[in-house]
Amino acid sequence: MSERAALAPGRLRVTDLARVASIGVRTRRLRAALSALGIAIGVAAIVAVLGLSASSQAGLLGEIDRLGTNLLTVTTGQTLFGQTAELPLASPAMIGRIGSVTQVADTGSTNASVYRSPLIPSAETGALAVQAATLGLLPVVGASVLHGAYLNGATATDPVAVLGAVAAQRLGIDRVYPGERVWLGGQWFYVSGILSSAVLAPDVDDSVLVGFAAAARYLGFDGRPTTIYVRSQTASVAAVQRVLAATANPEAPNEVDVSQPSDVLTARADAQGALNGLFLGLGAVSLLVGAVGVANIMLISVLERRSEIGLRRALGATRGHIRMQFLSEAVMLALLGGAAGVALGVLATAIYASTKGWATVIPTIAWTGGIGAALAIGALAGLLPAIRAARLSPTEALRTL
Amino acid sequence: MSVVLELDDVTKRYDAEPPVTALAGVSFSVREGELVAIVGPSGSGKSTLLHLMGTLDLPSSGTVRITGLDVASLSDRELSGLRASRIGFVFQQFFLAEHATVLENVADGLLYSGAEASVRRARAAEALGRVGLAQRAGFRPTQLSGGERQRVAIARALVGEPAIVLADEPTGNLDSATGIAIVALLEALHEAGVTIVVITHDRDLAARLPRRVEMLDGRIVADTGLAPHPEVV
Ligand SMILES: Nc1ncnc2c1ncn2[C@@H]1O[C@H](COP(=O)(O)OP(=O)(O)O)[C@@H](O)[C@H]1O
Ligand SMILES: [Mg+2]
Repeated sequence: MSERAALAPGRLRVTDLARVASIGVRTRRLRAALSALGIAIGVAAIVAVLGLSASSQAGLLGEIDRLGTNLLTVTTGQTLFGQTAELPLASPAMIGRIGSVTQVADTGSTNASVYRSPLIPSAETGALAVQAATLGLLPVVGASVLHGAYLNGATATDPVAVLGAVAAQRLGIDRVYPGERVWLGGQWFYVSGILSSAVLAPDVDDSVLVGFAAAARYLGFDGRPTTIYVRSQTASVAAVQRVLAATANPEAPNEVDVSQPSDVLTARADAQGALNGLFLGLGAVSLLVGAVGVANIMLISVLERRSEIGLRRALGATRGHIRMQFLSEAVMLALLGGAAGVALGVLATAIYASTKGWATVIPTIAWTGGIGAALAIGALAGLLPAIRAARLSPTEALRTL
Repeated sequence: MSVVLELDDVTKRYDAEPPVTALAGVSFSVREGELVAIVGPSGSGKSTLLHLMGTLDLPSSGTVRITGLDVASLSDRELSGLRASRIGFVFQQFFLAEHATVLENVADGLLYSGAEASVRRARAAEALGRVGLAQRAGFRPTQLSGGERQRVAIARALVGEPAIVLADEPTGNLDSATGIAIVALLEALHEAGVTIVVITHDRDLAARLPRRVEMLDGRIVADTGLAPHPEVV
């Protein structure tokens, strides 16, 4: 029996296994590269999708951060009877007296419609609102003037309008020429400026803004605010948010809606990830194709390398040694593809992110997942070829065709 | 002198269409230190016999014993271990890895023996010395002549100090002068104590060797050196 114990086959060391498993890759480079291509593309797609989504999210969050998370908006809610409630005239002033509130501005909806010219049928409002706006609105909502000028003490009392970014686009006005005007509430208003997009206050984007005094004089506006924009000290946002409704309308605080626009945007940024499912699915399909490619190449390789397998069996390799060799080769191929894919995906993300001005963010899950998927696919794709190779009897393998 | 290899009434049938009986009742033994030539025409069963002697295949009936171990009693793993430690093979087609050096090719003769890489290389260098190719260690097989390649293959068979070396038509791919040189090398190794069985269909080459076993149609028809010895009953 001790005679038999001496026959226990030796185990391959890791370095030997790596050398033996890399024979296929080293001797048939082009073929190895082509067979790993599918996996590389699949992993690249997955890494790029996750990277782009993370980078765009980071970009959006960065933008939100830059605009400040300390903006709160107070809007009219509903009365108990389901009608649109009103805010008291004094709301903005009362809110301004809260200790940690630093800036307040407000807008009030008018019933007026706005058109490019009086010739446009009155039904085609382009879903644009006409709002009275206070002079300090822009810094509070984080918007700026793209062309021309915002309202000032003088123009706020005259038939002068400022266009929100979307409103300008819908009206087909992209520059402010002297004498430029719009047909607003049945008369001409001169356009004094066009605003940049107000990310935190999309309502402003869709509006044509006029002064409170002008709105009252020309449009029959009652002077009541409908949206109040409030900036507070960043540390006390939550505290301010809690007292805002009661301050804005002490008699009916439940008829007031208070929200934090940056929160809404952050939630939207998070929700964007859901869209990626489709692209991840495409990546997965590509990985599947890659797996079939690797399995196919490995099967061919086993056929071609029969005599090598026969020689190894003659040199004392067990079926297990042969199986391990080909399995490792498939895993190695897939890992090379996976590594190339990660590099490609990161590159694609970096290039796209740089054109958008975002920081490149590659979530850990993207590259670990990519490499892990490649590993699993290699093992799966190599299984059948490895079993085939190990099943070959030594004489079958050595037989010359 | 102990018996290294022993075949007793061995038959081998292939389930082909029609079935082929490649070996029909072969009994034959090889003692330690012998150099045996197996000669016979193509298709006479020489390679089949070598495969059975090398445990690459199992007989349909009869027993094969290598260094006293009955092959039928061993598992596939144990047979692999047996080949790794006690049997060296030389093939007509050399079967050298072209992407590896001569030294690496020879060292791979020990790959499945469990020996350390440094030990394998040292012993490979030594084996290359025994076949007269110490100067070629760093070459690639493609840089060598046919005769040199077969010497590398012989070194690979020797590197594990096997109990027996089995060579199947080692001169089959070589011109006659080179073939004679290879046989001379086998003779020299025999002088040094290596047990060798060499298959050939070349009668002139076989005539140089001390013992010749002649095969025809799966049977042994002549054995020049079958001297009676006490170990075989
Ligand atoms: N795997 C196999 N399947 C079927 N027949 C085989 C197989 N291997 C060898 N044979 C047959 O067995 C006989 C002996 O073959 P072989 O041992 O290769 O002879 P030799 O080496 O003397 O030329 C031949 O008729 C051959 O065709
Ligand atoms: Mg033959």
